[in-house]
Order: sequence, then C-alpha cells, then structure tokens
Amino acid sequence: MSANPIVTPAGALPRETRQFAVAFVVMLALIAVAPFVAYPFFVMQALCFALFACAFNLLIGYVGLLSLGHAMFLGAASYVCAHAAKVWGLDPVLAILAGVACSTILGFVAGALSIRSQGIYFAMITVALSQMIFFFCVEAPFTHGEDGIQGVPQGRALGLIDLSQPALLYVFVAVVFLFGFLTVYRAVNSPFGEILKAIRENEPRAISLGYRVQRYKLAAFVLSAALAGLAGATKAIVGQNASLTDVAFAMSGEVVLMTLLGGMGTLYGPVVGAIVVVSMQNYLAQYGQWVTVIQGGVFVACVLMFRRGIVGEIANALKWTSL
Amino acid sequence: MIFGHAITAQQLFGQLLIGLINGSFYALLSLGLAVIFGMLNIVNFAHGALYMMGAFVAYFLLHELGLNYWWALIGSPLIVGAFGALVERTLLVRLRGLDPLYSLLLTFGLALVIEGLFQNYFGASGKPYAIPPQLAGAHNLGFMFLPNYRAWVIGFSGFVCFATWFLIEKTRVGAYLRAATENPTMTRAFGLNVPRMITLTYGFGVGLAALAGVLAAPINQVRPGMGADIIAVVFAVVVIGGMGSILGAIITGFTLGVVEGLTKVFYPEASNTVVFVIMAVVLLIKPAGLFGKVA
Repeated sequence: MSANPIVTPAGALPRETRQFAVAFVVMLALIAVAPFVAYPFFVMQALCFALFACAFNLLIGYVGLLSLGHAMFLGAASYVCAHAAKVWGLDPVLAILAGVACSTILGFVAGALSIRSQGIYFAMITVALSQMIFFFCVEAPFTHGEDGIQGVPQGRALGLIDLSQPALLYVFVAVVFLFGFLTVYRAVNSPFGEILKAIRENEPRAISLGYRVQRYKLAAFVLSAALAGLAGATKAIVGQNASLTDVAFAMSGEVVLMTLLGGMGTLYGPVVGAIVVVSMQNYLAQYGQWVTVIQGGVFVACVLMFRRGIVGEIANALKWTSL
Repeated sequence: MIFGHAITAQQLFGQLLIGLINGSFYALLSLGLAVIFGMLNIVNFAHGALYMMGAFVAYFLLHELGLNYWWALIGSPLIVGAFGALVERTLLVRLRGLDPLYSLLLTFGLALVIEGLFQNYFGASGKPYAIPPQLAGAHNLGFMFLPNYRAWVIGFSGFVCFATWFLIEKTRVGAYLRAATENPTMTRAFGLNVPRMITLTYGFGVGLAALAGVLAAPINQVRPGMGADIIAVVFAVVVIGGMGSILGAIITGFTLGVVEGLTKVFYPEASNTVVFVIMAVVLLIKPAGLFGKVA
C-alpha cells in the first residue's frame, strides 16, 4: 500500500491529501507510543475494533447503508480463525485468511439478500440475518456453544514471527490494522468510491448515468464484510478465544455507536470512536449494566445534537475535508 | 391406533398451541411496528424494550399497588403508551425531516437505556407473574388439554388485532390517519392537527407492544431481556409480511408463530432459525414482502 502513492480523485486538491497525511502521521505516532502508555493487550483489542468500525463505516458513511448485523462477519470470522488455528493447527496468517474467506462468502450471500432493499428495510434484514448466524453459532458443535473456543494458539506467523511474544504480536496487529485502514482509504478515494458516494447522494441519478448500482453496493458490502472479518479473525488471535459475544446483536450495536460517535463518513472517525467506546467499556466495567445505559445515552445524545461525531466536528472546525 | 402416534399427535397440538401463542405476540408487536411505520416512517427499535416495560408495569401494578391483571391489561398499555408519546414529543420530534436512519438510531439508543436500567435493578433473572384466578385451569378438548389462560391470550390478541384493523381501515379516525400518512401537508390544510396525530399514533403502537407484554407476563417470566429476545424475530416477520399492510402484519405474525411451533415438532434444531430462513426465501422471490407494496 505504501509503495502505491496515495491516489486523489479527479479534481481533488493536493491540500486534502496533505491533511490526510498529517493526520496519518499523527495516528502512526500514537500507535507507536500507545503500548508504552496503555496496557498493550487493550491497545491491540482497540485496534481490532477500530478496523471493525472502519469496515462498517465504509457502508454507512460512503454508501448510506445502515447494517445492524455486522457482528455476524466479525463473529463468524473469529470462530473460523480460532477453529483453524486450534483444531487444524494452521499458521496464524492462514487461519486469519480462512476467517476472512468465510466472512467474505457470508458477506456475498447476506449482501445479495439485503442489498435490493433500502434504508430501514435493509437495517431490519441485516438484524434478522445476523440473528440467524447467532443461533447457528449457539447450536453448531464446533463453536462449543456458551463456552466458545478457548486457548487458541498464537503460533508463528508465516512460520517466522513468534506471535506469542507481545511486542511482535503488537507490530503484527498494527500492520493488519493499517492494511485495513489504507484499504478503506484507497477504496473511498478511487473511481469506485466516487460512484459509491454518487449512489449515496442520488441513487436514481446514478442509475440513469448507466451504473449498475446493485453491483457497486454489493461490492462495497462484500469488502466491508471481508474487512470486518479481518478484524474478527485478528481479534481471535489476540484474545486467544472466540465467543458468542462477538456474534451477538449487542456487538452490531456497538460498532454503530463507535462510528456514530467518531463521525460517520470520515476516515478517522471510526478509529477515534472505537477507542473511546472500548476505553469506556474498560474503565466502566465495574459498574455492570450501567455501561449499557451510558452507551444508550451517548447514542441518543449523538443523534440529537452531535450528528457529525467527534472527527466530523473537528474537521468542520478546521475546514479539513479529508479526515 | 398406534400408541407412538397418539403421543405425536399430542405433541403436535401442544406445539401448535405454543406456536399460536407466540404468533399472537408476533402479530401484536409487528402490528404496532406497522402502525408506527405508516405514520412516522420510522422503525421503532425500542419496540422490544417497550414490550418488556409493559410486562414490568403489570408486575409493579400487582406487587406495589395491588392492582390485578385486569387493571394491568388497561393500565400498562396506557402508562407505557403515555411514555411513548412523551418520547415522541420530546425526542423524536427533533429528528423530523432528517434521514429516517437517525430516528432508528435514536430508538436503538433508547432501547439500550431502558434495557440497561431494568437489568441494573432486576438482574437477568425472571420474576413470576401469576395467572389471574378467573383464567386458571384448563379444558380437556379430547385430543389435548387447553389451558384457559392460553385460549384467552389467543382469542384476545386476535380480537385486538381485528379491532385495530377495523379502526384504521373502516372508521373516520382511521381515514384521517391514512390521509395524514398519504399526504401530511394536505391533511394539515384541511385543519387536522397532524403533529398530534403522529404523537398519538406512536403512543398507540407502543401501547400495543405493552399490551403484548402484559399478555406474555403470566406465560413467560417477566425478564429485562424478554424484549431483546423477541425483537429480531418480529423484524423478520415484518420483512416477510411487508410494511405496506396492517392485515399482512397480523396474518404473517400468527402464521409464522404456527410454523415455528411445527418446526419444533418435526425438526427442533431449526426452530430458532426457521423464521429467518423463510425471510431469506421470501426476499429472493418477493423483495417487497408477501403483502408489501415497495421494498
């Protein structure tokens, strides 16, 4: 990705690329410093959720499709990766790829079923489909029901890098996250991304211009599912487990909250939102269900008076359009 | 007759009954969603939480105020409906004119707040709610025992569904509502108070959810998680039926409850997923749903 110079859409000013680059360098610096300031395991989990939120944001932010079932991709990939690493004894990289393959196929099927519907209808269909996957994971023998898959070996990535060493694991997770983040950036700032935005703004017009809108939407949906799967599979290696939490409806809600809070349709918003939400859960864990109440309250507050989200507000204040 | 066969028949009717009961709840809940959707053009994600609230209000009325089931049957929908109207007046009204996805997200956040609060105070475990003495006992129908309370739930929810359909499709009030759905600006020009109709409609839809909650209280225990458990199935029911029609919501609700019950007899492993599978098939064949007009 870094070898490929950042491509700007036709007519965009290089200034916008520069703004993105400044923010990117800041993010890189923060990722480098974070494990010395915070608990590294916590940072790695936050990065996985940040990638998950970026994948989700690709749909809501750039195509205008609200999926309320994205946990199915995170959870399914997490289970497949954990199973592949533990039972089949695959290399962690191959296990992650197996997880991504699973979520990609699932994304294709779920996308083909839901993409013809719009707005709230689309949201309800994704809820129902992810609930179906949830019940499948409860019943299927290989997921071990309530217990989940525990003790997933971290192994050696590509047979060389020992991921059971925290420092190497951290670098590995950071690289996976950056790969996913730049994939989203590349997709959004490409002709493909421009067409997605055109569909978001005015679908009938995009159709009249001759674009096969359904195919573009499906492609975006599958890409989003694959990246959500990448996040889930990596999370299984980091946490060494896969459980029903990752596939449950509450997880689908959390990723919406992360993206909404950080800023829908901004590149850095989901990352900021994910870190805030994960920290909130971490520090408020002792208060039990109050976390749910607070999350719901943040939801309501965001929707009522803070619709641009954190990064959206900052970008607006700075008049930086490419964050 | 073979002995094994007789047991199967009893099992069959037993599950059919459970299916009809669940179908009553699906019908009442998806009816409420359809009414709200028709008027406000939003999907009320808090519907499950408000259903749970309905059951808890019945529980409080009994244990705090000593008001029995029959009072709860009127009181709980009124209280929860009033709460819904308040939510519409104070929160949802601010989002009018914006993308309906924001209203959806608002009700989603609201559901989290409500469910979280109840979980804080009541934990995850259930509270028992006794069947009213007038409806205790059962009748022997020859081929099965029919508990009186269950017969009442099916009959009463069938009646409420019919009454709602009649109200909306056949009365003057319903005509106003349909007019306001069709063309709010024109309806206002005729001197009808459309914002108030919207508030009352939301309250009414929410009240239906609360009513389902009261009916469910003596059958399933009163639990903070009861709404979250049922809401995904209700969404699938709405998608299968299609958003366009009141009657569609009622028929689909009852039918899918029965299908779910039958699946429990013939292929129990799939009983949790059958509704979602049917939804996928319906989407492939008829994306707008069985009774819907637009996808």
